[in-house]
Amino acid sequence: MSVAPAEVDLPRSADNPVSDKPWVTIVWNDPVNLMTYVTYVFQQVFGYPKRKATRLMLDVHHKGKAVVAAGAREAMEHNVEILHGYGLWATVQHDN
Amino acid sequence: MEPFRSTRSGGVRAALAPAEASLLRSLVGQVITLIAPDGPPPRPAGDPNTGAALTGDLLDWELEFDHQPETPEDPVLARLLPDGYRDDPDASQEFRRYTEPGLRSAKQQAAQEMLDTLPEAGGKIQLTHDQAQAWLKALNDVRLALGVRLNVTEEFEEQWSRLAADDPQWAAYEVYAWLGAVQESLVQALA
Repeated sequence: MSVAPAEVDLPRSADNPVSDKPWVTIVWNDPVNLMTYVTYVFQQVFGYPKRKATRLMLDVHHKGKAVVAAGAREAMEHNVEILHGYGLWATVQHDN
Repeated sequence: MEPFRSTRSGGVRAALAPAEASLLRSLVGQVITLIAPDGPPPRPAGDPNTGAALTGDLLDWELEFDHQPETPEDPVLARLLPDGYRDDPDASQEFRRYTEPGLRSAKQQAAQEMLDTLPEAGGKIQLTHDQAQAWLKALNDVRLALGVRLNVTEEFEEQWSRLAADDPQWAAYEVYAWLGAVQESLVQALA
């Protein structure tokens, strides 16, 4: 499989400073979840197009983890709660 | 088993042999038991006309509020109900305190919905899109539980091929592989 670097939405422009999005949702690789399933969950939960969802899934698979979303802490905790509902191994982390 | 196919109404259909249906029911039932909220059994209801019952309820409520759930010791439960933070035990415990009860009941609901739509004798299965989502989650929880119990790695096929034919875990490996195929066909039908 060829792997493209994952796109991570971390706007760094002046009108949307980094400090606006200091938290991230991370998904970790695990040996059980199917690659197709993880891609499907990223599409369902984040509304990502299939290409982006697949890229993020491959990042999880090959690099061991991927940042799948960034934003306010509460929003990231909400993501993680939903991802745990799907059985993905997800955590919240401060982006530093 | 006839693998899952999408239907024109946005749902999915499949067919299961009787033994396959009974195996799935048993596995999903085990997950329901495993994730049932622990803690003391419900107290007998007091007389609603006495103040004592109200006080009792309030005390229960406070106990629940003070309850600090920890990362489960059982590795299967720890995988089904994971920590929300990796290197921050305090934040993780706080996250668990607010999300774990809901996560447990969501998982139980999905598993129960799968049982409710899984004919005991097998045969044809027709699922709406929402029911299929419940199957997806419940099947995945079964695979996670079995995968942790079997110490499955990404080299599952090699692990399996190294097992002797009379290894007591051989059947469980076969079930795990079959569950993966069922899940894969369901994802393909929905994607």
